[in-house]
Amino acid sequence: MTISPPTLVRIWKFGDQIDTDVLAPGRYMKGTIDEIAVHCLEAVRPEFAAAVKPGDIVVGGVGFGIGSSREQAAQALIHLGVGAVIATGVARIFYRNAINLGLPVLVSPDAAKLMDGTMVTFDLDSGVVKNAQGDTLAQCEKLPGFLLEIVRDGGLIPNLKKKLARG
Amino acid sequence: MSPQTPAQTISQKIIARAAGLTSVNVGEIVTCTVDLAMMHDSGGPRRVESKLKELGVGIWDASKVVLVSDHYTPAIDVDSAGILSLTRKFAALHQIKNFYDGVGICHVILPERGHMRPGIFAVGGDSHSPSGGAYGAFMVGIGATEMAGVLATGEIWVRVPETIRVEWQGALGRGLTAKDILLKLCATLGMNNDYKVIEYTGSTVTAMPMNERLTMSNMSAELGAKTGIIAPDATTFADLAAKGVMLKAWQQSLQSDADANYAARHVFDATTLAPQVAAPHSPANSHSVTDTDKVKLDQAYLGACTGAKENDLRMAAEILKGRKVAAGTRLLIAPASTMTTAKLAADGTLAILLEAGAQLLPTGCGACAGYGAGVLADGEVSIASTARNFKGRMGSATAQVYLASPYTVAASAVKGEIADPREFLA
Repeated sequence: MTISPPTLVRIWKFGDQIDTDVLAPGRYMKGTIDEIAVHCLEAVRPEFAAAVKPGDIVVGGVGFGIGSSREQAAQALIHLGVGAVIATGVARIFYRNAINLGLPVLVSPDAAKLMDGTMVTFDLDSGVVKNAQGDTLAQCEKLPGFLLEIVRDGGLIPNLKKKLARG
Repeated sequence: MSPQTPAQTISQKIIARAAGLTSVNVGEIVTCTVDLAMMHDSGGPRRVESKLKELGVGIWDASKVVLVSDHYTPAIDVDSAGILSLTRKFAALHQIKNFYDGVGICHVILPERGHMRPGIFAVGGDSHSPSGGAYGAFMVGIGATEMAGVLATGEIWVRVPETIRVEWQGALGRGLTAKDILLKLCATLGMNNDYKVIEYTGSTVTAMPMNERLTMSNMSAELGAKTGIIAPDATTFADLAAKGVMLKAWQQSLQSDADANYAARHVFDATTLAPQVAAPHSPANSHSVTDTDKVKLDQAYLGACTGAKENDLRMAAEILKGRKVAAGTRLLIAPASTMTTAKLAADGTLAILLEAGAQLLPTGCGACAGYGAGVLADGEVSIASTARNFKGRMGSATAQVYLASPYTVAASAVKGEIADPREFLA
């Protein structure tokens, strides 16, 4: 999942309390993830789903992912190619869901300093976000080792599969 | 307690027991054995089945699984019907005996059918799973992939949370409810108490019936908390005894130690609380009804796990008895369980609601999360006894949803605008 240093990705900045109804609206929940992802974040930023590029980073304030336990909130971001979520604070079920699906979610007190549209590099191991010139823009709290392993395995199911095979 | 065991909160005690330890420290990550796993039709079988297949395993212990179809029931279209059909097949295939198909909302069914007990470590595939805390259970919400992991292994990792002690003292005034308390707490404590447990205590809580306690614990989700727990007491034991649930000694003595550590302690005075209304689009946007604009209403909705239990609808009936819903406003009622509907029908409460002009909807999660009947059109304004009013949740993204207690929703339906229920309660 690490985005190698030279790869520049865009910051998509959102505010506080980006909730699960905004990430995966209830009225589309019957549908497949393709159908849900098209509407991801449209209530606050209609162009997002069509414009986001693989590896781009979604940045939020406090309470990112608050609300429902619906995993599609994280899955929609993955489906759209989002490489990581960095936020001042993350709701716990969203946090676990994202990690369990292989999407790195990192908490950073510097999230507020990251500006929309900035092209950056992101290193999952160190949790450092740098600009194109190599200046550090944000330091994220590192994931505990066993969560990093789940993310690297591509989520909890591949991780469990590996463990079950080991016996 | 032995002198070497550090003082523990009720949550620490439950986690320690589930982890096979004598005590746990805040921040420690431990693996817990799951006593009960609840899932529903939306986040359950249709999301976990493929993952179990991928792992090549079955369910670790089907007797510990409770499956409830509530989000898509009754089916409103072919897609919903397909989800319900898949859920039934899953229940049959995995021999899940605790399967409740269209008889109520999961957070109401669990206690109604005697599945909630003090001291159990439980997970639910729904964010309002903290409801179980009303019975002194440690119950947290999880997503579908995590549920697949629990179903496969019977275990889950947990970071031992800090606890915030929230004490309410004194008697609530007439027309005041657990919903008002929780909306007040959302406004006061905010919605980002991430990873923390809220422990509710005090004479106000002790005086509450179980259904009101369920609303307290349920809406801990709106506080962003990991769960919300209430120590079991005589009210809890009487409720369980009536359902034939036998408890062990340790379950009856379960309490936080007097010198347990809390991240924060808050004390609130229930006697001065006014009815609360949460304006769009957040439960934290709550104010006293007296400080809320008298907005005209297209719809009043009594539904969901925090707003259409037996006592919730009795509250509404107190207001609606002998009165009519205002012209231009529609009142929809979706009882939280079929048992609730039956009880209200038996004693005439249902007739009071219907004579007032309410429209009776099927039991289920309904419009609360935008899944079922009663969703809103562009620009419509609604007041609802549900738990959450995020943008776009109850239908159109331009609809405006206010949250309030069943009393306030009923009073507002009569007036056709947001109203103070105390005007109707002499």
